Amino acid sequence: MDLVNWEYAPAPESRAIANLKPSYRMFVDGEFVEGAGEPLKSVNPATEEVLAEVSTASSADVDRAVKAARRAHDKTWGRMPGAERAKYIFRIARMIAERARELAVLESLDNGKPIKEARDTDVPTAAAHFFYHAGWADKLDYAGYGPDPRPLGVAGQVIPWNFPLLMAAWKIAPALACGNTVVLKPAETTPLTALVLAEIIQQAELPPGVVNILPGAGDVGAELVNHAGVDKVAFTGSTEVGKIIQSALAGTGKKLTLELGGKAANIVFDDAPLDQAVEGIVNGIFFNQGHVCCAGSRLLVQESIAEELLAKLHARVATLRVGDPLDKNTDVGAINSREQLTKITELVASGEREGAERWTSPCPLPDKGFYFAPTVFANVTQSMRIAREEIFGPVLSVLTFRTPDEALAKANNTPYGLSAGVWTEKGSRILWMADRLRAGVVWANTFNRFDPTAPFGGYQESGFGREGGRAGLEAYLDV
Amino acid sequence: MGGTTELTDVTRDEASLRRFLHGLPGVDAVGLEQRSAGLATRSIKKASKLWAIDTAISMVDLTTLEGADTPGKVRSLCAKARRPDDDVPPVAAVCVYPDLVATAKEALAGSGVNIASVATAFPSGRSTLKVKLTDTEFAIESGATEVDMVIDRGAFLSGRYGQVFDEIRTIKAACGDTHLKVILETGELATYDNVRRASWLALLAGGDFIKTSTGKVSPAATLPVTNLMLQAVRDWHGVTGQHRGVKPAGGIRTTKDAIRHLVAVHEVAGAAWLTPHLFRFGASSLLNDLLMQRRTQLDGHYSGPDYFSVD
Repeated sequence: MDLVNWEYAPAPESRAIANLKPSYRMFVDGEFVEGAGEPLKSVNPATEEVLAEVSTASSADVDRAVKAARRAHDKTWGRMPGAERAKYIFRIARMIAERARELAVLESLDNGKPIKEARDTDVPTAAAHFFYHAGWADKLDYAGYGPDPRPLGVAGQVIPWNFPLLMAAWKIAPALACGNTVVLKPAETTPLTALVLAEIIQQAELPPGVVNILPGAGDVGAELVNHAGVDKVAFTGSTEVGKIIQSALAGTGKKLTLELGGKAANIVFDDAPLDQAVEGIVNGIFFNQGHVCCAGSRLLVQESIAEELLAKLHARVATLRVGDPLDKNTDVGAINSREQLTKITELVASGEREGAERWTSPCPLPDKGFYFAPTVFANVTQSMRIAREEIFGPVLSVLTFRTPDEALAKANNTPYGLSAGVWTEKGSRILWMADRLRAGVVWANTFNRFDPTAPFGGYQESGFGREGGRAGLEAYLDV
Repeated sequence: MGGTTELTDVTRDEASLRRFLHGLPGVDAVGLEQRSAGLATRSIKKASKLWAIDTAISMVDLTTLEGADTPGKVRSLCAKARRPDDDVPPVAAVCVYPDLVATAKEALAGSGVNIASVATAFPSGRSTLKVKLTDTEFAIESGATEVDMVIDRGAFLSGRYGQVFDEIRTIKAACGDTHLKVILETGELATYDNVRRASWLALLAGGDFIKTSTGKVSPAATLPVTNLMLQAVRDWHGVTGQHRGVKPAGGIRTTKDAIRHLVAVHEVAGAAWLTPHLFRFGASSLLNDLLMQRRTQLDGHYSGPDYFSVD
């Protein structure tokens, strides 16, 4: 039989849509201003070219931003009726939706994620978070925290590079809805969409100082969370940094929520809907190049179907299209930074050294940029580093189990506990597992689904506090 | 699922057949639809689009299945099938009722276009096996090169898998070398689990193609259903090494929709299925949209429906 070769022609989204500017400035007290810190250069990880120069904050800038936020809280935002705050937040949501395409292209350029994910997940979900929380602003009396719950004050927020705009939305929307003001530090490698969000916030005419955005590296983050004028700290990032923040904040009275790393188990039973389980596994670990704290990075598969499932998985992963993030047909984009690529490469080497069986997709990779081909390790054991450490890349570790108890024991045998997936056609087993898994989110017959109405957060070293849903409001209320 | 020998065992008796079909992995509807929606976002442009359009044209079973069909209508359709447009090679087949097969045969002589006939008390399948067999034999004697049979959905839904299996087998035996497409009428099977079971049942019984619908029941072909049937032929190939085909029919009217189906063929079953031998579109109005989009690709502008014959 003749095998045809149907190549999809390149279908790149135009980068002009991103309205990329040569330089970006920080946003303090309603104005874009130069920071006194050393400017940073944001790099396109797909090409290694510099996208823009971004000014960063000095400690004096942090102080100014926190004071502006305090003033805004005390004079306007904290006293404003919820129904009025809601109007502003709805306006932000609508403006994100209106500029969705621009934000998606910019996010893809700055982060390396495929345009289809930025377009179909990041940006619409970011808008959804503002829409959802706008609805809460005048209904806080009914959130279950008693009548007229009060805001905490100034929130210092530090977010990671994997979902730059979406994480900003997760942090800012509930804070504003509850009447807090915000000083947010985007990640060093991905500051651009947060600064366009600042532009939207400015155009939405939020009172000056309600939202302040300070780009910079970890030192700016440290300065911010340790500032005495901050009442509440919210951090999403590594467990290592989370621990430092927690110990620094001990005894200060600041309220803290942490959303940290994970090593989630995706558990497939022998009665699972196999084809959809394969999709869920792929989505669980290769979505966003595996740069997802709740990624299903450990596949626990029942031994009786392991061989069949693995064959299906390899065939499916081989169809993933890796390459130019701006191409609409790209499934897996670029690794966010050289540093991250080095970390992934090192962990993969450890997996090979420790005796796991490596399979890597035969997909072609671009010559330039930071790329890592989707990789699946079979015969992984609990003791290996690739089964215990967060890789934060497109690398899956496959382990097997024989009974539900063993699956549960292996799934819970991690210092983390952010998410888990259960695949079975048996409803009672889903409930039995969900009851016993130590994970903040348990997905049943799906994975990596996000919704502003569903609380998200971790157990153990994956952090504490919830984001989204009614439960997420607690982090920003004085209750 | 083991090798071919195990598959002979599963059709030994009704109980084995039932055990096998009920032992197939379940289908999660949300996941299947999510995957189908994901595939539908593929952006097919330029040369890859033109290739897809030409391939889709070559896969069309140009169909007329109306009570009002006449020899004149069929001849007009056959002329279109032979030469869809300037420089466009013929479509795969013309699909008609058995009594019009002879007309189609005459009109298609020497063209290489296949003559497909529906049979077995199409579309409901509500008659005796004897009538269904006579229907099939009549179509073949009249010159049909392909037979599109319907399964007995009543028997399937009441769990009489053996009866459905035997009917397909009997029709297949009557077909001999004539290509047999088995219409599952997925709109009446209602659940994806049923579609998967019926697909395997038809493949086990020897169907050369599994076909979604008669076109008389809504919903007809949908992307998730085609996707699921493509998984079945892919897995069948995995077990037996044999290639079997899939034909979505009914409801595919636009080039965009046809290309989405081809993307599913490509990424779910594999490139080997991108041929009229293994994938067909049962359609009528789709052809003109494909021709219009084809000319748009070649000329760089859209010419409008009046430049294409309505047959």
